[in-house]
Amino acid sequence: MKKPEIEKSTNKKSRGIARFYFLGFMVLIYLILFSFNIKAAREALRASGVLLIKIIPVLAMVIVFMGILNFFLNPKTVSKHVGKESGLKGWLVAIFAGILSHGSIYFWYPLLKQLHGQGMRRGLVAAFLYNRAVKIPLLPVMVYYFGVKFTLVLLLYMILFSVFEGKIIDGVDFEKKK
Amino acid sequence: MQPSENKIHKVQTDNNTQKISQLNKFSRLKKSFYQALKNFGTAVPTILGVVLLTGLFNTFVSKEMISSVFQGNPISDTVIGSVVGSISAGNPITSYIIGGELLKDHVSLFAVTAFIVAWVTVGIVQLPAEAAFLGRRFAFLRNGISFVLSIFIAVAVVITLMVI
Repeated sequence: MKKPEIEKSTNKKSRGIARFYFLGFMVLIYLILFSFNIKAAREALRASGVLLIKIIPVLAMVIVFMGILNFFLNPKTVSKHVGKESGLKGWLVAIFAGILSHGSIYFWYPLLKQLHGQGMRRGLVAAFLYNRAVKIPLLPVMVYYFGVKFTLVLLLYMILFSVFEGKIIDGVDFEKKK
Repeated sequence: MQPSENKIHKVQTDNNTQKISQLNKFSRLKKSFYQALKNFGTAVPTILGVVLLTGLFNTFVSKEMISSVFQGNPISDTVIGSVVGSISAGNPITSYIIGGELLKDHVSLFAVTAFIVAWVTVGIVQLPAEAAFLGRRFAFLRNGISFVLSIFIAVAVVITLMVI
């Protein structure tokens, strides 16, 4: 049955307001902190500012990439490589893309949302996110602290378990509660 | 129509088709970027909230605080490692450094492995942003599974290392 227009717009409005709950909550925490410990609050705000300045260029790039993806990719192409019928190829794409992906996670969430909207399986989204934990440039640091054997065994298990996690998520019916 | 007139007419039609196709492309490009901006804009408040939360975390949670929660029992330390790794945020290098220090302090390899795996695979601090983009159910489920898997991976890695 079609939802009445008024109900639709009320839902939209409440969703719009809900987006600000978390931000409002954080602002409230900062206000409370400012009234108790100005020094710590300033330090936290400064740390947030530094992080924000770091990620602003990333966020700008996100919009450009999303625009480009919107323009060039269509659901048919996405489905072919990472959709329901993608099979082993889909897993390999998600694993290698996850391992090779760089940059802030805030860059990837919107892109993954877009790819999912165009047909990418949730399980592959999860596998991609899991494999982002495998950071090739940081491997020498891990080897330095934990040794080659530990590093290789850990990476192997992480890749294997990423598929396991993806399979579980693929098995969940996300539409059921809607 | 004469053959020469025919030719001119064909060239004009081709030009018009090309212009229309260019205009269509431009309008599609504009629409694509507008859609991207609109989609992204909806998540900006959540991202700002996560940034503020990260600032609080970096100010109030020190490396020493993280080290102090381990008790010396390999089983409970593995779970503690996963919990602490899950609620921690920052560059994975930090987790390797803390993990290395924990090993020096005789914290078990089970706990350290669980800690560094949870650090990079579970993101409690980023959870609101993940939920805003990928859906609340997906974000909670993915992070929950990743938390449990961090314990399994820790056990699997250490046992494998013992065997090989």
